Amino acid sequence: MPELVKLTIDGKEIEVPAGTLVINAARQVGIEIPAFCYYEGLALQAACRMCLVEVEKAPKLLTACTLPVAKDMIVRTETPQVAAARKGMLEFLLANHPLDCPVCDKGGECELQDMTFRYGAGESRFSEEKQHIEEQQWSPVVFFDRPRCILCFRCVRICNEGMGVAALGVINRGARSEIAPNKGDHLECDECGMCIDICPVGALTSGIYRYKTRPWEMEYAGTICTHCADGCKTTLSVRNGRVIRGNNRDHSGINGEFLCVKGRYAFDFLEHPERLHQPLVRRGVELQHASWKEAVALVAAKFNEVRERGGAFGVIGSARTTNEENFYLQKFARSWLNTNNIDHRRSGDVVALLDALAGLPGSLATTADVYHAGAVLIVGADLAQQHPLLSFQVRANVRHHGARVYVVHPHPQREDKVAAQVVRARGLAGIGQIREKLAGEQSLVVLFGEHIQGADVRRLVEMLPATARYVALVDYANSRGALDMGLLPDLLPGYQPAPAPGLSLQEMVGASLDVLWVVGANPLQGRARASGFLVVQELFLTETARQADVVFPAAAAYEKTGSFTNVCGEVQRLKKGPAVAGPKTDLEIMGLLARQMGHELAPPLPEAVFEEIRRSVAGYNIPYATFVTGAASATQYPNGPIARQGSSELIRSARDTLFTSGTLGRYCSVLNSVRERDLVRVEE
Amino acid sequence: MYNAPHPLEVRILTRRFGLPNSASIDTYLAHDGYKAIEKALAEMTPDKIIEEVKASALRGRGGAGFPAGLKWSFVPRQSPKPKYIVVNADESEPGTCKDRLLMENDPHQLIEGALIAARAVDAHAGYIYVRGEYRYLIDILDRAIGEAYQRGYLGKNILGSGFDFDLHTHSGAGAYECGEESALLESLEGKRGIPRIRPPFPAVVGAFGCPTVLNNVETFCSVPWIILNGGAAYANLGTRKNGGTRLFCLSGHINRPGVYELPMGFPLPRMIEEVGGGVWKGRKLKAVIPGGSSCPVLKAEETNLPMDFDSLQAAGSMLGSGGVVIIDEDTCMVKAALRIMRFYAHESCGWCIPCREGTMWLGKLLTRFHAGAGTMSDIDLIRELAQNMLGKTFCPLGDAAALPTISIVKKFREEFEEHLNGRKCPHEGKG
Ligand SMILES: Cc1cc2nc3c(=O)[nH]c(=O)nc-3n(C[C@H](O)[C@H](O)[C@H](O)COP(=O)(O)O)c2cc1C
Ligand code: SF4
Ligand code: SF4
Ligand code: SF4
Ligand code: FES
Repeated sequence: MPELVKLTIDGKEIEVPAGTLVINAARQVGIEIPAFCYYEGLALQAACRMCLVEVEKAPKLLTACTLPVAKDMIVRTETPQVAAARKGMLEFLLANHPLDCPVCDKGGECELQDMTFRYGAGESRFSEEKQHIEEQQWSPVVFFDRPRCILCFRCVRICNEGMGVAALGVINRGARSEIAPNKGDHLECDECGMCIDICPVGALTSGIYRYKTRPWEMEYAGTICTHCADGCKTTLSVRNGRVIRGNNRDHSGINGEFLCVKGRYAFDFLEHPERLHQPLVRRGVELQHASWKEAVALVAAKFNEVRERGGAFGVIGSARTTNEENFYLQKFARSWLNTNNIDHRRSGDVVALLDALAGLPGSLATTADVYHAGAVLIVGADLAQQHPLLSFQVRANVRHHGARVYVVHPHPQREDKVAAQVVRARGLAGIGQIREKLAGEQSLVVLFGEHIQGADVRRLVEMLPATARYVALVDYANSRGALDMGLLPDLLPGYQPAPAPGLSLQEMVGASLDVLWVVGANPLQGRARASGFLVVQELFLTETARQADVVFPAAAAYEKTGSFTNVCGEVQRLKKGPAVAGPKTDLEIMGLLARQMGHELAPPLPEAVFEEIRRSVAGYNIPYATFVTGAASATQYPNGPIARQGSSELIRSARDTLFTSGTLGRYCSVLNSVRERDLVRVEE
Repeated sequence: MYNAPHPLEVRILTRRFGLPNSASIDTYLAHDGYKAIEKALAEMTPDKIIEEVKASALRGRGGAGFPAGLKWSFVPRQSPKPKYIVVNADESEPGTCKDRLLMENDPHQLIEGALIAARAVDAHAGYIYVRGEYRYLIDILDRAIGEAYQRGYLGKNILGSGFDFDLHTHSGAGAYECGEESALLESLEGKRGIPRIRPPFPAVVGAFGCPTVLNNVETFCSVPWIILNGGAAYANLGTRKNGGTRLFCLSGHINRPGVYELPMGFPLPRMIEEVGGGVWKGRKLKAVIPGGSSCPVLKAEETNLPMDFDSLQAAGSMLGSGGVVIIDEDTCMVKAALRIMRFYAHESCGWCIPCREGTMWLGKLLTRFHAGAGTMSDIDLIRELAQNMLGKTFCPLGDAAALPTISIVKKFREEFEEHLNGRKCPHEGKG
């Protein structure tokens, strides 16, 4: 612990650790010192001069954002002199500012507007000609309006320090200074929109949101990103039932201010013209529109018929449906369709990891651990492409805590730049080269990709210090939850052994089953169906849906309540954003089928199913209060050997990039538009 | 080249100026050259060198007048990192043109000064950061540095002492701001020339994150003489706390403009009348900018001052970088303010709001005002805007823009009023 320093701010005495900046010390006693360029976690600038304060015995005003506390310091943040300085700064800022608030996207949530309201002058004394510069488009996502820019350099820093991309810089000098892409007139970057999000004014705007609405005309739903497994919180801004914007509005949740391009912008698949709104039933060779009633009756009758004659079912679930839906699906399959032929597309060997961690409790890393650990080992994964949040956490850890990063991967990747050591080799052999160094790391977090699977996972755990914590990287928003909920032919929820293991996904798609039921997956991509009757629940007419006998239009995760479990095993709550007409949630569809079949499964309500999960699935007895307030709860793992009867070789990551997201990603116009200028994908 | 010397000069730093081949090492060696470093290496401990410089009351010649010996003593003795010497040869302050003469006429004196500083703080590498527009000086300096290497005054094991020192030139790219020490260091490191947050100061965290002695050219050039003749002798040349001589750059409306080496504390009236030969064209003196364009102007009646740091400060101005600009009675002070503001608006690095926006605003406002489109309230606005900049900018460039402006409005308000109501500038065309 650093020593405590006592000081007085506006007459309030406080004690804070040495090294604390006055601006943060003030916050602790509820005094908000205005600031534009200061941004917690990013390099100090002292550029905007908004945070000037009076310090006793100092000959002039000092910037609170760069001033460390000192013993017995006396700070005053609201004196006439300070007020005059602030007013002066705002007057300077507004001199060349276009004052087009009525049409600016930022109007209503603009820091300059707020600040002017609080401290500014009512009218402008600037009667010279303003410098006008045309608005520029730098990418499909990023637009820049120079006259609105107050040159706080937040965008430059978040891109450079936060993202490790460094796509933005400053050109010219003096009043002609401009933020500009380092590539000249365009960006080659992650398109994450972090720069836009962090911009205090409306200088950076997004092609997705600009000029669409005003902030006060929207409703907000904080939910979880539907794309990768990292589980970022994203707030959907909804107007008239349409999602207009995604951002992590209150910077809460495991990702703080972070979102990648997918969590922030890739929501327009919801409104894709090919979105299914009505059930489809095959009549002759053609799939034709049908009523819900007809489609449900047809499927229920078929299911009952096959069930009664003891026919073969196959069930393929999803890595993007909720825990509640996955739990319900496997229960439906196992208890009612009497089959263990249930699986989903597996992308990382979580099962082998949990098995290997038997007897090592507390050895799964949380998202926060990736930020706090003394060292991070990344093996066989391109984190910046596949796990943007974890990649962000790693960089933040290096910046703020000086973490040592080890990269073991045959190909170059962004993490190399912050690495203490890079080993250009694969998996365990690569780790072997730095084993001694790693042995000395007492606070090590290990992130490993799909290549380490089966027995190698155990070897990995044996090679590394017993205190190490792990993340088995998986692909999608609920990949981890699908495993936990027992969408596996050999394991029930909570990794309990299934009495008689069923067929794997790969086996099911090739087998001549009587019924194949696919919920939110596209396993027949590039192959013909082998089963007798195919039922698909989907958002789009995918390659699989196209071959179906019945297609139910499903709601997307953004249109549901429920929960996801992220790559680190943290459970978070989904909140329904837009209302959707036509499609139903997978849970509702299953509920309709069960009722039609005359089977009394638990009520298909997310809350009820979640309660059952909390009661019955090992490790999921998480605090309800944490869950409903939108925070992440880490789940526990069995901490005992897992009786696996299947094989790990079936595991295969889709290896999405920043700009792809499996089948879903193909229906996101933003991703399509930036993909062409994709960062060179690190292919294995 | 440089102007004819004046009998009132006390030629310490300029004593070799005018000798044939004054820039060559042979000339230098024939006139005390490299004797100081010999002495320092043979007879003096690093601490003793610093003591001597402290005793000399040598104050930084770059503008701020910070005591050089004191600055050197801030460099940590024990440092796990290498230490550096950086020579500030960015000389860009309007009215200042002395460093250039020192480098052009006697580059070895600078090299020797830097070398002694290196010895004092145990640095083994140094850079001369040369103003971009002074490209031709880089050739002269490089030639001199080459000679010094050849004769063993630079490089490994200097004069058999076991002490190593390498010296390099580095060209600026044309920004006044890069003369500000921390922006200079950024630029030296290949980044945008933006000042750094201080503390830490360069003596502790300077070039490449390492302890660094950074001084003006003239400051370094004073060191060999101090080492050879003793700090006390140097101090005695000047006034209290203002040791030695200084190169004053007399310019503007004066009969004999030029660079003159005069003792610290030399009376300004004598500098104008006797050394400079008086105001040109028989006109009367209106004002003096005593230390480069960053200083508040002095009205003619305020100029009875000894030219040292403390006296100028007491008079509400600054000795600055030694650029003494003489302004005659037929000069429009509004135009002077405008000319100065244009310079700072052009040179503001753009980092901080008050300087970036303030200089832009004042530049536009003064342009309009001088053209006769000003109002009475504009006069107060000019002063208020400058006041809003003063003391609130990230680096002193903002103050440098505000101070002369405030002083001109305050001291020559009536000239602003003469421009009101669309009236033509009364001094226009007087040249
Ligand atoms: C805007 C600005 C420009 C400056 N330009 C120069 C310069 O051209 N040459 C110089 O020696 N010092 C310049 N300085 C002063 C330096 O920051 C620094 O104080 C000086 O080089 C230190 O050397 P000294 O102690 O020997 O004077 C400038 C300062 C400011 C704020
Ligand atoms: S674009 Fe926005 S974030 Fe970037 S410097 Fe300008 S105001 Fe700041
Ligand atoms: S990092 Fe993953 S979870 Fe976070 S916004 Fe991107 S795709 Fe979504
Ligand atoms: S005062 Fe501010 S804008 Fe001006 S030169 Fe210094 S840092 Fe740059
Ligand atoms: S917040 Fe302190 S200078 Fe910008």
